[in-house]
Amino acid sequence: MNMRVIDTKFRLVGTRPNRPDGLDKVTGRARYGADFSLPGMLWGAVVRSPHAHARILKIDASEALALDGVKAVVTRADFPTGLTGEDWNLQENTMAGDVALYDGHAVAAVAAASALLAQDAARRIKVEYEVLPHVIDVDDAIKPGAPAIRPGSGDHSVPPQEGVHPDMVRHNVVRNIEFGHGDVEEGFAQADLVMERTYKTEATHQGYIEPHACVGQMGEDGKGEMWVCTQGQWFIRRMCAAVLGTDAAQLRVTPSEIGGGFGGKTTIFMEPLALALSRKAGGRPVKIVMSRSEVLRATGPTASASMDVKIGMKKDGAMTAARAEFRMQGGAFPGAPVDLALYCAFAAYKIPAVEHVGYDVLANRPKCAAYRAPGAPMGAFAVESLIDDMCRELGLDPIEARLKNAVREGDKSSYGPTFGKIGLVETLEAVRKHPNYSAPLGPNQGRGVATGYWFNHGGETSVSLAISEDGTAQVSIGTPDIGGTRSSIGLMVAETLGIPYENVRVNVVETGALGVNEPTHGSRATFASGKAAVIAAQQAIGEMCKRAAGEWGIDPEAVEWYDGAARPAGSNAGKFPPMTIVEIARKMGSTGGPISGHHESVPDGVGNSFGTHVVDVEVDPETGRTTVLRYLVAQDAGRAIHPSYVEGQFQGGAAQGIGWALNEEYVYGSDGRLQNSVFLDYRVPVASDLPPIDTIIVEVPNPGHPYGVRGVGETGITPPLPAIANAIAAATGVRLRHLPMTPPKVLAAIKARADG
Amino acid sequence: MSKIHVTTIINGDMAEFLADPRETLLDCLRDHLGRTGSKEGCGTGDCGACSVTLDGVLVCSCLVLGVEVEGHRIETIEGMANGSELHPLQRKFIEHAALQCGFCTPGILVAAKALLERNPDPAEEEVRYWLAGNLCRCTGYTKIVDAVMDAAAEMRGAA
Amino acid sequence: MVEVNLWSSLKRFTGGELVVTVEATTVGEMLDALVAAHPGLRPFIEKGVSVAVDREMVSGRHAPIKPGSEVYLIQQLKGG
Repeated sequence: MNMRVIDTKFRLVGTRPNRPDGLDKVTGRARYGADFSLPGMLWGAVVRSPHAHARILKIDASEALALDGVKAVVTRADFPTGLTGEDWNLQENTMAGDVALYDGHAVAAVAAASALLAQDAARRIKVEYEVLPHVIDVDDAIKPGAPAIRPGSGDHSVPPQEGVHPDMVRHNVVRNIEFGHGDVEEGFAQADLVMERTYKTEATHQGYIEPHACVGQMGEDGKGEMWVCTQGQWFIRRMCAAVLGTDAAQLRVTPSEIGGGFGGKTTIFMEPLALALSRKAGGRPVKIVMSRSEVLRATGPTASASMDVKIGMKKDGAMTAARAEFRMQGGAFPGAPVDLALYCAFAAYKIPAVEHVGYDVLANRPKCAAYRAPGAPMGAFAVESLIDDMCRELGLDPIEARLKNAVREGDKSSYGPTFGKIGLVETLEAVRKHPNYSAPLGPNQGRGVATGYWFNHGGETSVSLAISEDGTAQVSIGTPDIGGTRSSIGLMVAETLGIPYENVRVNVVETGALGVNEPTHGSRATFASGKAAVIAAQQAIGEMCKRAAGEWGIDPEAVEWYDGAARPAGSNAGKFPPMTIVEIARKMGSTGGPISGHHESVPDGVGNSFGTHVVDVEVDPETGRTTVLRYLVAQDAGRAIHPSYVEGQFQGGAAQGIGWALNEEYVYGSDGRLQNSVFLDYRVPVASDLPPIDTIIVEVPNPGHPYGVRGVGETGITPPLPAIANAIAAATGVRLRHLPMTPPKVLAAIKARADG
Repeated sequence: MSKIHVTTIINGDMAEFLADPRETLLDCLRDHLGRTGSKEGCGTGDCGACSVTLDGVLVCSCLVLGVEVEGHRIETIEGMANGSELHPLQRKFIEHAALQCGFCTPGILVAAKALLERNPDPAEEEVRYWLAGNLCRCTGYTKIVDAVMDAAAEMRGAA
Repeated sequence: MVEVNLWSSLKRFTGGELVVTVEATTVGEMLDALVAAHPGLRPFIEKGVSVAVDREMVSGRHAPIKPGSEVYLIQQLKGG
């Protein structure tokens, strides 16, 4: 449904009031996943495989159970059988069956009277393994002769292997995708310059500072409660119920405040274990808090990628054809975001002929989860780096070349559908005008430019709004507030109702209080919950106009809502003074009952978001260390409801991208074990690593949202990887094609170039 | 292993608890003393989410044993406001939108307060290096630094 | 009648055709008609696809399709 933008001069939308949960969060009062306790609570601990790939021969928990205070042990035997598809994948990842598939894979869990006792008990559970050969790297996993992980788990998209020579069989490929249009060979033939390169990225973790934590309670009747830090309480509910074989509606999941997620908390890891332990321990609540090491080893990092890209370009910069083949591993389960990466790869450009091929490959690593625009940063790294090299070769300005090919409204996208209203050109032009783009550069310094894209998402949404007896309003939403959504939704509802921002309270509620909601992911919360909240508010307004009409004895059609009050619409309707929301609310019990509004839908009208980043770096030629000097983000937000929180998303995405580009990676030993499972060695950016990150909010309103909102959370992480690679290339003359671009790698590349 | 009785002063109030000798100060604050404002982000002293001051010195409470604080003075995030009057740092963090998920915020506030007590007029670079022990994954630090600088200026003006 | 654009790897199941013409006035009818014409498409449709109609991602089987609409099937889009 296309919704007219309500107005363009707003009273509240676009302002920067304090967020309603700010007080709780700066005083330490806010309750996160591990901050919740219940009387009679037990603590859970998980036994995890120390092998990358091993058959589980025997689990002996007798010594653990003999300890005083140990109340229950669960293994896969305590879970139902017969699951299929993604439910089966989730169950298998929650608790290993016959085979441990990665270092850290859960094989058993124990509940005891204290956290330390649970850990002591876990150490006493004896597991016998038969170690199997393992494979870690995506290109190794696809080679003939690679250890086969879960043979036969490829899906209907993988072409049959009959008739293919055994040496050519691509092992561990579980999904295959191909799409494109036009004649790429013809396009390459027409180009003045054709370049083809291969790029690799390593797995990274979302790196949220809050480890996963939950308190779960379930009786033998299958009725349960859970308190958990999550991006999506309905997803947790559905997944736990599926994995445990219980009914969804009998499990009530309450979201705590959440200490970051970025996609990593949209799925389950140890939550079913808490419920299973509780059920086995006579229904006592069980608390499980993951350690940082468990988070890195056994939650959902993003995929690693190996990507071949070929582009044809004319002398003036016009792209004639492009081809991408991406291979990605998402752990020992299907789900590497190779399709999403390919959809975004060339999305910013109008290319007459494109071909995309993708392989989702298994490796002995944890089951990957979404990470902020899943797949898109990897694809952008490859494509935007190649375009940069080609611009260098042809002597073209990187922004001009991108403007020449940039998609505009009405252009066909690289993945097929035609674009509606988009703001890519506006972000390129905004960057070009900004002082950062013309700041002078010194020795060993270089500037890099890159664009990025994310579709954004609608998804199931249920919102409820109610008017209180004193004319204030409460809104119940299902999307946890990670980055300021309560504030944005409060602004939109207050704007719509015509009441003060302080008179609206936005509550993030549990699964029992609303219909299904998809998580806060896909940059959807302000868009989808916001749109539904506005519609719910309009519904309540309709009812309030009816009440006023009833009092005045006129047709409800003759009443309009303005400035927080009902009034006759035009002089013909009658001469009545406006009836305020306070007056209507006070009487509602006797004029027809409680006044509410609600809206459930999968909203249409999602607006995608383009961004352009510029970064200046200085590379120390003696150490290979890259210092980020300046960083600028320009991104299309459609309409910034609360500009501070939009800026926050831009800056946060850039910071994660900088970490991914320069330092973050999963390091595996030859034994297939994760070597850097603590923050000392998995080093994310700290305050002294980064300059101030400048932002430009571009607004090309999205006609599909009443206030023009486009999701902004994800696009910001897609340009940094190539922007920094391009800046390093400009600063040093060397092109790195394998992330992260750590000092040793940069130094080696500089030396290799010097040696000729 | 039998527990040890510890008496200490937290945010100016006398407090006592029973600690397993293996428990960290962070564990004891959170699980025995009901003060969940200090967070565990890593358990290895790398993220700063558990920052408190011990006799006025900024420490990671996950690197201090509970039994070590017998007779010492601890200040946590819960003691930062004066009743209902927020510390300027707390106010500025809200104003500047210097928090998104808010998980690192208590640790950063405690650390920033410790900085401003040593140096009421830090340069931006000093603020960034002082806070290098506090990880934030959401904000990219820009608004955090702005808030600290702004709070410092206000506190100097009021002094 | 409406032309539905498929992604290349589905060619295997449609006898090489990337654009399949079906009779449909809603997304649901379109998906059912595709499967009826080419049963090999069933597992892909059942797993879930995203559908773009006239420049917009639409959701739900009830979403209307006009004659001559531009319709694309793409793999399901989510986020992080």
